[in-house]
Amino acid sequence: MMKTGFREHGSRITKGLVLFISTVLLAFPFYWMLIATFKQNLDLYTVENNPFILNAKPTLDHLRLLFNETRYVRWLGNTALVGVIVVVITLLLAIPAAYALTRLAGRWGQRLGIGIFLTYLVPPTLLFIPLSRVVALLGLQDTIWSVVLVYPSFTVPFSIWLLMAFFKSIPRELEDAAMVDGLTRFGAFVKMVIPISISGILTVVIFTFTLVTQEFVYALTFISPESQQMVGVGIPIFLVRGDVYFWGSLMAACLIASLPIAFLYNLFLDRFIAGFTVGAIK
Amino acid sequence: MAIGAPKIKSIGAAQSPLLGAAMFGPAVLYIVLVIGAPFVLAVFYAFSDARIGSSGLHFVGLENFRSILQSPSFRTALKNSIVFTVCAQAIVVVCSGTLSIALEKPFRGRGLVRFLILLPWVAPVSLGSIGWKWILDSIYSVITWVLVWLHFFKPYNTPMWLGEPHLAMASVILVHCWRLIPFSTVVMLAGRTAIPKEIPEAAAIDGAGFWRTLFQINLPMMLPIINVAVLFGTIFTFTDMTVVYILTAGGPFDSTQTLPSLAFATGIQGSDLAAGAAISLFLVPVLVLIAYLMLRMAHRAEVV
Repeated sequence: MMKTGFREHGSRITKGLVLFISTVLLAFPFYWMLIATFKQNLDLYTVENNPFILNAKPTLDHLRLLFNETRYVRWLGNTALVGVIVVVITLLLAIPAAYALTRLAGRWGQRLGIGIFLTYLVPPTLLFIPLSRVVALLGLQDTIWSVVLVYPSFTVPFSIWLLMAFFKSIPRELEDAAMVDGLTRFGAFVKMVIPISISGILTVVIFTFTLVTQEFVYALTFISPESQQMVGVGIPIFLVRGDVYFWGSLMAACLIASLPIAFLYNLFLDRFIAGFTVGAIK
Repeated sequence: MAIGAPKIKSIGAAQSPLLGAAMFGPAVLYIVLVIGAPFVLAVFYAFSDARIGSSGLHFVGLENFRSILQSPSFRTALKNSIVFTVCAQAIVVVCSGTLSIALEKPFRGRGLVRFLILLPWVAPVSLGSIGWKWILDSIYSVITWVLVWLHFFKPYNTPMWLGEPHLAMASVILVHCWRLIPFSTVVMLAGRTAIPKEIPEAAAIDGAGFWRTLFQINLPMMLPIINVAVLFGTIFTFTDMTVVYILTAGGPFDSTQTLPSLAFATGIQGSDLAAGAAISLFLVPVLVLIAYLMLRMAHRAEVV
């Protein structure tokens, strides 16, 4: 009895310690962004100062520089605009496709679904060279439309996969009943299936939007003018003048752009992970 | 949009193949045009002499492959890609496995802890990498400050984390791990919920210790889910160029160059589309292998 009690206690302490250390290490860069945001330059660039705390009064200079003298707000706007358009395109392509593959294509549907999912594994770093020529030929280079064209290539496959799992969980009887009542198959899909799939669709919306904000390689390759940048590229490339890094503003920019995205993603994370683990967990 | 389909009274999946094709056609067409066609174009470029700014294009056979296989940069990049991926995956599996065990049971504040742990994965990777670039700065690095404070180093004679080949490689691996551990942890957490609680408990009652329960019961039961985490993690690390590009841009002296970053430097920055495409094609064997393993896994799950 004593021994198990002791062991129980010991394992709880170990777990607590593991959690504490992991949390500190993983979240540390974001704490570091936060504190750099408010540090005066003199404090930031004095090697002798304890870097973990504010050694002088907090300052808003870095934020002022970021919002007044850079294109940061423009980049955020570009990213949001691209995000919204790509979400719409993804929904238009993925919802009907996922439904058709689960309900109308029989056994081939599942196989084609897996095939489509596998295209999600094709990385931007394999396609960015030919796509850069395609984008140039279409005259989309240096505009946000280049990434609008290309981003659905990684949001659509995964969204179809997520939605297929979702549609499969809807009982067929529901559509059958609707069709007996005189709706066509497509009518049943629009009037019955879509309304009860809202939470699955919302997952796709959030997933697509966060993927758009996280992308780096295509945006870096296709877009060079400062004013057309996405936030993920604009910050690392254009907040550096020559060799001068504006660290305070850089860190503020990273933190402000990261937190909302991280928060949204976190809310829906379990559903995305379910998409990855289909097949291993039954 | 009803495509003149008769009002279906009898029900069956094979009833409306036309409607089915109309519904998944656009998505499939898009995927073929934006993933399939560029892939074919990449292969085509790899056997040509395509350059940015020149319109002429000739078939040169295996010339590109011959020249890149002889270049030392390419060999370093290939080696680095493999080293980075293998090291990162090994560290990630151990850390995230441990973390998933610690996170499994509910406790107060678990939601907040989970959010903080997940930050590296859910925040944009380029921005997280910038944070690390500041943490690993040559002069103002906080790690250096702590080491000086602990008297491991003298001030003004400190390590250049991103400026010395081995340290730079270690830094890149570290940042990859930092980013992937949250993802793997959540995947493994999802897997652990599928393990029946009774088995480890029964083993504990039978007197099996912590390590024995871990190695003979928990690990074997978690193997499928560890496979999922490793397969995805391998793709995410092997094909990534963001971390390297932001931290070191492949330097110092190509010592942290990977296949994707070299393909970018050659094909886009160096305007040599053909060589760049040939370099990135070296990602394909790994991708095919992983796709095969995933299909086998999915098939097994379907059969069981």
